[in-house]
Amino acid sequence: MPKRTDIKKILIVGSGPIVIGQACEFDYSGTQACKALKSEGFEVILINSNPATIMTDPELADRTYIEPLTPEAVRACIERERPDALLPTVGGQTALNIAVTLAENGTLEEFGVELIGAKLDAIKVAEDRLLFKRAMEEIGIAMPRSGYVKSLQEAHDLISFVGFPAIIRPSFTLGGTGGGIAYNSEEYDEIVTRALQASPLHETLIEQSIIGWKEYELEVMRDLADNVVIICSIENFDPMGVHTGDSITVAPAQTLTDREYQVMRDAALQIIRRVGVETGGSNIQFALNPANGAMIVIEMNPRVSRSSALASKATGFPIAKIAAKLAVGYTLDEIPNDITRKTPASFEPTIDYCVVKIPKWAFEKFPSSDPTLGVQMKSVGEAMAIGRTFKEAFQKGLRSLEVRGGYRVPDNLDDSELRRRLVVPSAERIYFTLHALTVGYSIAEVHELTKIDLWFLDNLKEIIEREHELRGRALETISHDELYAAKQMGFSDLRLAALLTNSQGAALAETEVRKRRIELGVRPVFKRVDTCGAEFESFTPYLYSTYEDEDEAAVTDRKKIIILGSGPNRIGQGIEFDYCCCHAAFALDEEGYESIMVNCNPETVSTDYDTSDRLYFEPVTFEDVMEIVEKEKPTGVIVQFGGQTPLNLAMKLLGAGVPIIGTSPTSIDLAEDRKLFGALLNQLQIPQPPNGTATSNEEARNVAAEIGYPVLVRPSYVLGGRAMQIVYDDTSLDNYMTHAVAASPEHPVLIDSFLENASEIDVDALCDGERVVIAGIQQHIEEAGIHSGDSSCVLPPYGIKDEHLDAMRRYTREMAMALKVVGLVNIQFAIFNDKVYVLEVNPRASRTVPFVSKATGVPLAKIAAKLMIGRKLSEFNLPEELQVERFYIKTPVFPFVKFQGVDPILGPEMRSTGEVMGVAENFGGAYLKAQQGAGTRLPREGGVFISVNDQDKPFAVELARELIEMGFRLVATRGTQRIIESAGLECGFVYKVNEGRPNVSDMIKSKQINLIINTPLGRVSFYDERAIRRAAMQYSVPCVTTMTGATATVAAIRALREETLTVRSLQEYHAQAAAK
Amino acid sequence: MDAILALEDGRVWRGRGFGAATEVVGEVVFNTSITGYQEILTDPSYCGQIVTMTYPLIGNYGVNGEDSESRKIFAEGLVVRELSRAVSNWRAAESLDDYLRKQNIPGLSDIDTRSLVRHIRERGSMRGCLSTSAVSETEVVAKARSAPTMLGLDLATVVSCKAPYVWTDSQASAYGAPRLIPAAAAAEALLEPRFHVVAYDFGLKYNSLRSLAALGCRVTVVPALTSAAAVRALKPDGIWLSNGPGDPEPLTGVIGNLKKLIGHYPIFGICLGHQLMGLAVGGRTYKLPFGHHGGNQPVKDLTTGRVEITAQNHGFAVDADSLPQDCEVTHINLNDNTVEGLRHKNYPVFSVQYHPEAAPGPHDASYLFRRFLNMMESEKSSAVGSL
Repeated sequence: MPKRTDIKKILIVGSGPIVIGQACEFDYSGTQACKALKSEGFEVILINSNPATIMTDPELADRTYIEPLTPEAVRACIERERPDALLPTVGGQTALNIAVTLAENGTLEEFGVELIGAKLDAIKVAEDRLLFKRAMEEIGIAMPRSGYVKSLQEAHDLISFVGFPAIIRPSFTLGGTGGGIAYNSEEYDEIVTRALQASPLHETLIEQSIIGWKEYELEVMRDLADNVVIICSIENFDPMGVHTGDSITVAPAQTLTDREYQVMRDAALQIIRRVGVETGGSNIQFALNPANGAMIVIEMNPRVSRSSALASKATGFPIAKIAAKLAVGYTLDEIPNDITRKTPASFEPTIDYCVVKIPKWAFEKFPSSDPTLGVQMKSVGEAMAIGRTFKEAFQKGLRSLEVRGGYRVPDNLDDSELRRRLVVPSAERIYFTLHALTVGYSIAEVHELTKIDLWFLDNLKEIIEREHELRGRALETISHDELYAAKQMGFSDLRLAALLTNSQGAALAETEVRKRRIELGVRPVFKRVDTCGAEFESFTPYLYSTYEDEDEAAVTDRKKIIILGSGPNRIGQGIEFDYCCCHAAFALDEEGYESIMVNCNPETVSTDYDTSDRLYFEPVTFEDVMEIVEKEKPTGVIVQFGGQTPLNLAMKLLGAGVPIIGTSPTSIDLAEDRKLFGALLNQLQIPQPPNGTATSNEEARNVAAEIGYPVLVRPSYVLGGRAMQIVYDDTSLDNYMTHAVAASPEHPVLIDSFLENASEIDVDALCDGERVVIAGIQQHIEEAGIHSGDSSCVLPPYGIKDEHLDAMRRYTREMAMALKVVGLVNIQFAIFNDKVYVLEVNPRASRTVPFVSKATGVPLAKIAAKLMIGRKLSEFNLPEELQVERFYIKTPVFPFVKFQGVDPILGPEMRSTGEVMGVAENFGGAYLKAQQGAGTRLPREGGVFISVNDQDKPFAVELARELIEMGFRLVATRGTQRIIESAGLECGFVYKVNEGRPNVSDMIKSKQINLIINTPLGRVSFYDERAIRRAAMQYSVPCVTTMTGATATVAAIRALREETLTVRSLQEYHAQAAAK
Repeated sequence: MDAILALEDGRVWRGRGFGAATEVVGEVVFNTSITGYQEILTDPSYCGQIVTMTYPLIGNYGVNGEDSESRKIFAEGLVVRELSRAVSNWRAAESLDDYLRKQNIPGLSDIDTRSLVRHIRERGSMRGCLSTSAVSETEVVAKARSAPTMLGLDLATVVSCKAPYVWTDSQASAYGAPRLIPAAAAAEALLEPRFHVVAYDFGLKYNSLRSLAALGCRVTVVPALTSAAAVRALKPDGIWLSNGPGDPEPLTGVIGNLKKLIGHYPIFGICLGHQLMGLAVGGRTYKLPFGHHGGNQPVKDLTTGRVEITAQNHGFAVDADSLPQDCEVTHINLNDNTVEGLRHKNYPVFSVQYHPEAAPGPHDASYLFRRFLNMMESEKSSAVGSL
């Protein structure tokens, strides 16, 4: 069937901000869909609130709406654009949910919009547990036995059917609070009783436990002619019980016979047909009882998913791109396979390597949260590795995670603790598993405790055995064959350096192993990911390294640049950096250079084989990068776009003679070095807050005494404010120095005077070494002390004195020139007591680059890449400072809801996972859209609870006045209430949580409060406030924790009450700006 | 144990030997299936061939008592990137290493199998020698060159059964595990057989017979050289032609018999059976550069437009241009547009180049057995009508 001609204009809904469970993979799928549909001649309209995505680049769609992903905003977009169809299957659960809402509320019908990809009925069957269960019964496919109960009696009746162990999941509780697993009737009664109490509906699901079963996923595609193919099978290393997003996963399935695999395949075909997903990709999860092979289906996603991104990268089959083409009527056999060119997409990829995905968590950012892995996903990113064996891929995957120095199990680990760490799934379980095998646990024992399949464990054991053979030996005694065998198993030079010694028995450096390895001629080759196991020639250089005979890199003699990517997502280093890397590739392409990407993150656009000319899917480590550099012999290597990952390698690469282009790593290093940077600022006469460095408690106290409390303390060389704290006294300082960081002469602790209540400003600029263009001056809405990544910021700044703006412009220019920046630079300023201070300078791409690019319409990263290859700013026709019409606000999104027990308060440690952008003619309107985009539902009316600290009390009156003016009812705790009432305003009183009842928490629960303004009371956050904030989160009541944030919120509420929602595309904004 | 694989063009791979310590020669081919090595090894179509698996990790789930497709391993040797040390599957009975050793079949592991696959892809499948006792590379290369060429080689009569027999699923209980058989088919299998099928054995796989039996056929298996008269004497409702190894052209006796049977009985051929059918109707066959061996081959049914993902294992193909007017091509391979299915316009005769019985591979084509059944059904009713 050829492409449909009855539809011309298609609306694609994106997935919004990066959150846990919904990350870059939907930028990847959305970008592919936009490109595919546009190339087919459709008019593509895109809506997505996330400015850090490639998909929202204005070139990718005909019109790009960076607007909140709410049903209202999408409706407004539909009303304005009148698309013929809506593609809801490439924007994650967010897009699917919005499509369902708009279908059910009649919007789609009203405007004649057809859902393509998946119809409403299919979405509902897949998403509704009960409908899905019924559908599976119809086609005879087993599901876990389960039922809902509303009383203990009903629960007793059900248990004989469900059987032990049984999982109890109370309905509608946050994060499954109140549930559990019962192994006997005593536990069962106890947990069911608790669950019924916890559930607001007094209802709980009782489900057969399949914890410990083997878990599989199949990626399925179907076209309108009912052709169905399986793209990839995935087997989870971690058995059932751990969310697949938190599991180590392996492609293809390893321990299924063909018969079992085909039974699963048959079931997948039946399921996609029964659910009725007409076209595109779906993901189906299965569980298999390892004792007898009994198979059940767990769930189905009727859309592309995180696993589809993984499957695409694992096989080379671009699922989202093909899904988009199928949605507009093509059949699989009409679409060519890009990689082989000669064969069609109607086949099942076969692979001749092993793929391992390992998640990356950020529990260190949420110290009081429960680190146990379970049914709710908690990881923030993942790395994928490709090897010819599981062992090789696994070890490459582990080093891709960039755990500095590798994870070390505690020294005093006793047997019972080790057993517990094996039984309870956690981020570190893999390391304990390896440890157990090292200290002599048998595979059977480890299997008994972890339920990890014997095949995987035996492979790990082979790695451990090889370690035993090598440990403690001198490097020079290792023969070529031994070293080659170790490299084939995936051992890194760094790991070998840790295992081996030099000839005197002393520790080795990674570089010594590398040197010896090169002497012995042990070098990797590069093989291709080609969808077909080499059956056909591949035309796309999508490469991975391994230790074998034949190299397929086929390097060219073009002028070429290598771009180092940012590795797995983590808090503080996410999609923004991938965005910059992609832009570097696009820019190099425009300039006639061959672009070569190195990265290991399967979610991203950068690891799409379409993005660069050549893709190396490899760990971003010194060893792996050097091998690629020596193979490719590039003209230059770009390290300033991928965040901290490549920057950490920069000096070492420079030392190894790698031609790094753009700002010199020496300058980057200088900006990080306290002493040198301080000297530079002195020379330029640019003020910075008093500061010092310390390597011991005593030094720290001395520094603090000199500059005065409060001080901001942090380790050097960190990203995202890792372990950054504001410290108010010696005791806390000692505590920080002793427990929070391991200070050393190489890694001292940085101590800065903390400028309380200062305004913070981020400036991004371009520099070619001769001239500086200021790209954006962004004012933080939250005050200093809150990590810049966690603060909303507004472009252009408002209410900052011109003299201060001028000072910042001047400082930016002077510093950029002094640091000889070629490319991007980001500077953070603070205005404190009417004076501008420099907080830090980052001569590299910053997190705000995509935001500023979207707001100004100028592709900063692209220009920066061009500057690095020698072009000059004068060639780009840019003013001295880019201007924006309107207000652009970037607002962060936080994962607190996933981390029980964590206080959702902002601080110097970054904890947001993603961001949204709001655009409007005025500040309030922009902040409103940003808040809506971030999922905050601001009230039009109702009750507001105010409790502020003494410093903020004077400002509380003005806020109260405005809120009352808009008709809100106010309640406050005693101190705040007094202040407000003394200004002649009406304000009710409410108890603090520990004062009496009904207290504020009760009022939140009884839905009398629609907005909370609660600024923390100084140094320690009290239980009381935490309880308020937790309750606010549970009941989805917006909670503002800073005064400046509260002011912005009030402006947004005013906009909500007084203005109607308007949506506009970026292209229109930019055209208007250009016209002026 | 060191082992070596040499090709007739002089290229040599050195690795580790497993399975039996011995030396074999054969045509070196590659298979792209990720799973199913046990079925592949026991597929008689691999007689005379040394099989390289493109998927690097082989042996993971061991070998079990149910998944063999014939009485023994027919492949001459097995080449893999890594032989799994562990065996993990609830049905596993022994390791692949032991299985090969017991049947005196050599294996070679720890070589760059992808380089071997690319070599064959570029230069075509060729003769090779796999040896665990090589003295010198030149010696092994010489042995590779001394192996018979596949072109013109009759292997079907070698692997075929020596006497007719009636198929009873001797493994029914072992195979048992009812969840492995689609429920509907299992129910039908319990019915009294409605049709009598004579199956020409050129190297058949058990799952073809099971597939026929599951649909209610009584199956009599006959040797490759059984005469047309002898088949007539069995009074079949239909004739099924199996897959098998080697070149179809030398099987002139078989082709002669088929010519006598076409038009008299519904006939369904697969793989070598399909090629023989092509020859019997007057067409020609030719050798493909490196054949189709794997479970992901896209085949388009030209009558419906549907694409099925098929299991394939063949080195020869029917030349579409050679077919007479009264035959038409019904299926093509979408990768290279070669003929994948034929139909006689005047008689109830059809054949496919691929494996509807799968094992290993996807079940997309299993409908073809039903099509054969329907053919026998309508022949039977029209025969009744004409009386």
